[in-house]
Order: sequence, then structure tokens, then C-alpha cells
Amino acid sequence: MTRRAARIGLLTPVALIGGAALAVAAHRSGTAGAAGPGFWLAAFLVWLAATLAARDIAALEPRTATGRRLVRLSVPLLFGLLVLVLWEALVVGVGVPAVLMPPPSAIAARFATALPVLGADFVQTCLKSALPGYVIGSLSGLGVAILADRLPVLGRGLLPVANVASALPIVGIAPIMVMWFGFDWPSKAAVVAVMTFFPMLVQAGAGLAATGGIERDLMRTYAAGYGRTLLSLRLPMALPFLFTALKVNATLALIGAIVAEFFGTPIVGMGFRISIEAARLSLDMVWAEIALAALAGSAFYGLIALAERVATGWHPSVRTG
Amino acid sequence: MSRAGALALKQPPEFEPAAPRAAQEGPVIAAPVIAARGLSLTYTTADGPVHALSNVDLAVAPGEFVSFIGPSGCGKTTLLRCVADLEQPTGGELTVNGVGAEAARLRRDYGFVFQAPALYPWRTIARNVALPLEIFGVPRAERRERVAHYLDLVQLFGFANKFPWQLSGGMQQRASIARALCFDPKLLLMDEPFGALDEIVRDHLNAQLLELWRKTAKTVLFVTHSIPEAVYLSTRVVVMSPRPGRIIDIVDCTALGRERPLEIRESPEFLRLGQRVREGLRAGHAYDA
Repeated sequence: MTRRAARIGLLTPVALIGGAALAVAAHRSGTAGAAGPGFWLAAFLVWLAATLAARDIAALEPRTATGRRLVRLSVPLLFGLLVLVLWEALVVGVGVPAVLMPPPSAIAARFATALPVLGADFVQTCLKSALPGYVIGSLSGLGVAILADRLPVLGRGLLPVANVASALPIVGIAPIMVMWFGFDWPSKAAVVAVMTFFPMLVQAGAGLAATGGIERDLMRTYAAGYGRTLLSLRLPMALPFLFTALKVNATLALIGAIVAEFFGTPIVGMGFRISIEAARLSLDMVWAEIALAALAGSAFYGLIALAERVATGWHPSVRTG
Repeated sequence: MSRAGALALKQPPEFEPAAPRAAQEGPVIAAPVIAARGLSLTYTTADGPVHALSNVDLAVAPGEFVSFIGPSGCGKTTLLRCVADLEQPTGGELTVNGVGAEAARLRRDYGFVFQAPALYPWRTIARNVALPLEIFGVPRAERRERVAHYLDLVQLFGFANKFPWQLSGGMQQRASIARALCFDPKLLLMDEPFGALDEIVRDHLNAQLLELWRKTAKTVLFVTHSIPEAVYLSTRVVVMSPRPGRIIDIVDCTALGRERPLEIRESPEFLRLGQRVREGLRAGHAYDA
């Protein structure tokens, strides 16, 4: 235990400071594009130190909850930093053209200078297109699932149609939605709604079927009607299923909104920016948009996951004691 | 109609003219809570019809504790579920508190305790017990008062804010009994409520249930597999046999009195009653074989 602690205490600073030094050294005039064996040896040592440190940290078994959270966070953090450092060292050291692969530092610099543009794109794509589409698609998926449950005849007719709808390729429906709803965000929201509808329909259907016979009999002995049983029993029971769909849809919505912008859009939006900047060979801007999409997607997913923990704290997969 | 006297129903006012005729035919006992006449239930399956219940006659007076015992498939649970209007009989007559089973269910005449506690995991124990009260629209203050009272009655007072999974199986089942009692139904239907519990917990709950029955003066219908449990708890034990499900004996256990310490199970009278139930069960099997 103490030896491991000592190793972590030694290796982590070596990895962090060495990594920072490596990233800086890569940009020196003698090294950039013409790195020698000494540079690559240093890069190898940084990688080794970081890997060993990560292994030792992962093997720790802290007694406090805070300690455990710290361990859980620090390993991926260390690994992420290592990837960035090696990316920077490799791309700059070898002298890869920025058109093919810009270094993280260039992407970060571009991100910082292009903040107003990125902000406008975020509002257009995430807030105006993805979010309304997500809400409409998920709600209507839930609504149709309930309708299909309430009226089995309708369900038998609706579900096959919904299946067909789910098989529609996004590149096919995006231009059609542009024809129907115009170039601006409503057509993107429509694409997202179509994409997010089906996962919710399937999960909600499974969730509504998850209620056991005894629980339903219990509601029957209370002379509770369909709506009451739905609200007091079946929807709460379906919540874990609904959250699964919401999480899947969080990622789908962003992809849908970005891709849909490739098929006609006003001159703002993350998809529009990616397609236009790629054509202009400014790959650092493309990467800045990708970083923004990753940040927004992760944040949205994390928000839903947090809501899930709060709403389904009773479920065996979530509860703590 | 020869048994009409024994079954004399307390009719609602609109049927009042029928009452004098029943009085002429025999002595009127207390109006039965349950009255079944020629009750049958036949399922159609791929292998032909299955007679879950066949020609069952039964009358249960208010305040009785009646157990149903028999091997699997004898229809004891089906009978209970018919009373609760969770199954529909295919023949015969059944009245619960003087009305049809569905009407009784719709006016919330009974509390049902299932084999499993069926507590909702997203609700605390207190809110689980409050569930029927919420559905019936009982005001919040009264809900809180009743939940506290019935949790106290089943000795779960300190556990109101726990979640079901934090309680043992026996405690969960006690919570489900509190839930069935909290809206004060006159009739309590229990379908093998202690079947999944170990013997020691079961003894304990049996004693508690008996105590509860004496305190609240409810009518209880109780389905069980256990002969000692049936004799210990009941005023009458209904012995049933399968294929077709029917009543083969009704054992009167009132001789044991209402005060029954657990030790009563070693008394000669208790053993004699248990023996009679056992013989009834054996006879049912012999008929079957």
C-alpha cells in the first residue's frame, strides 16, 4: 500500500509535468516537423509514466465515498490528458499538415477565437433544432405507446407503421422535411422528432408491459380506472425504460440535427459550419465544432442521467442502500 | 331453494318484499357476508375444459375467520378471486355483502392481501399504505392519521419512511396488511399471505393476525397450504379438493375459543381438529385417484 502510494506520488507528477514539457517542446523550431529520437524517447517515457500511474490509481481502494469518486474521476482524466499530449506531440513532431489533422492546441485556439460563431451555431442547432425535436419525438413516442396499449386494435395497426418509420434513412427524410417545413430549424426539429420517436415508442411499450399481474390486481381491488392505474402504477414502473430511451435519444437528437443541416439550411448551425469549413479546408474549425458537439452531447446526456438518478432512485440499478 | 333459509340474504331495501318469504322457510341467521350457491368456474384450454370450481355452496357470517385449505389446483385461490371480482364465475350465484361481486369491488368493500407484498418500490412504507386512501380521495390529514394508526397496529411504526427493499419479507407483508386495512373494509381477503415466509416469522405473524382480527372484528377469508395455520387462525376451515375444485368438508374450530395462545397448538382439541382436516384432504385425494 505504501509502496504503491509512493509510486503514484512519483509517477503522476512525472507524467503531468513531462507531458506538459513534451507538448511545449514539440513546438520548438528544431523539433517541429523534424523530431529526433530523444523527443520520441521522452514521449515514450511520458506514456509509460502515465500508464503505470493510472494502473496504480485504479488499484486503490479508498474507504471514503469522496475518495472513491476521486479515483473514478482521476483515471479517465489522466488518460484523456495523455491522449491530448501524445496527439499534440505526434502531429507537431512529425509535422502532419493542419488540413489533415490539426493539433489540439490549434483547435483550442480556434475554439477560443470563434466563440461568438460557435455560440450562434449552438443556439441554432442544439437549442432550436435538437431540443424541440427531442421533446416532440419523445413525447409523441410515449403518447403513441400509451394509445397502442389502451386500444390494442389501434396498436396492431400503428406499430408496423412505426417500424417502417424507424427504418427511414435520415439522408432520405431530411430533404423532404426541408420541402415541408422550410430551410430553418423547424425542418431539422422535424427530422429529430422522427428519429427520436421510435426508441421511445419501443421502450415505453416495454415499460408499460413491465407491470406485474399482482400489482394490477391490487389496483383493480381499489376499483381504480385505466388512467389512475397508469399514473399511480404503470408509468412509475416504466420510468427506467423511459429514461433509457431519453438517453439514447439525447445522442440521436444531436446527430440528427447536425446531419440534417447538410441538406439545406440558413447560414448558421453546427452542421452547416462543419460542411462549409471542411470545404474551405479549415479543419481546425471543423474540429472546434466537433468539440462543441461532444461537450453539448455529454452535458445533455449527463443531465438526463442525473434526472434518472433522482427520479428512479428506488430502482435496484440505482439505489444505494 | 331448500337452503334459502340458511343463506337468508340481507337484501337492499328495494328487494325488501323477498325477505318475509325467506323468514317463512327457516330461522334467519345473521346476514352472511359471503353467499355462494352452486358457484362454478370453468376455463377453456387447448386440452379441453378445466373445472376450477364446481358447484360450491358457502355462507360466511360477519366476524368469521374462514380458512380455505387444499392441494394446488383445488380452486381455493380461484374462489377468493371470484369473491374479489378478479375472476368471473361461469355458473351459480355469488353475493358479497348482499350485492354482486363486481358491485362490492366497485364500492371497495374488501381489502385484499396477495401472496407477494406488491409494495411499490418508489413509495415509502407510509405512502404505500396511503395508496388506497389517495385513490379514494381521503384528505391528506386523515390519510396521515390512518397510516400512522395502521402502521402502529402491524408494529411498523418506526419504518414509515423506509423504502420496501429496506425491510424484511415479513415486515413487507405486514405493511401490505396495513395497506389492506387502512380504509377499514369490513372484509379481508388473504391469499396465502405468509406462504413465502419461514416458519418462525409465520408463527409470529399468525399470532399478530389473530390479535388483529379480535381487535377489529373483521370477516376474514384466508387461503393457506398449512393445516396448523388454518386450524390455529380460523373459526371454520373449508377443506377443498381438486379436479373439479369443490368443498369436501367444513371443520368448525370455534371450540378453540377466540383467545388462542401459540401453545394451544399442542392441545388435544387442536390436534383432533388438525387430524380431521388432514383426513378431509386425504379423502379428496382418494377420490381423485
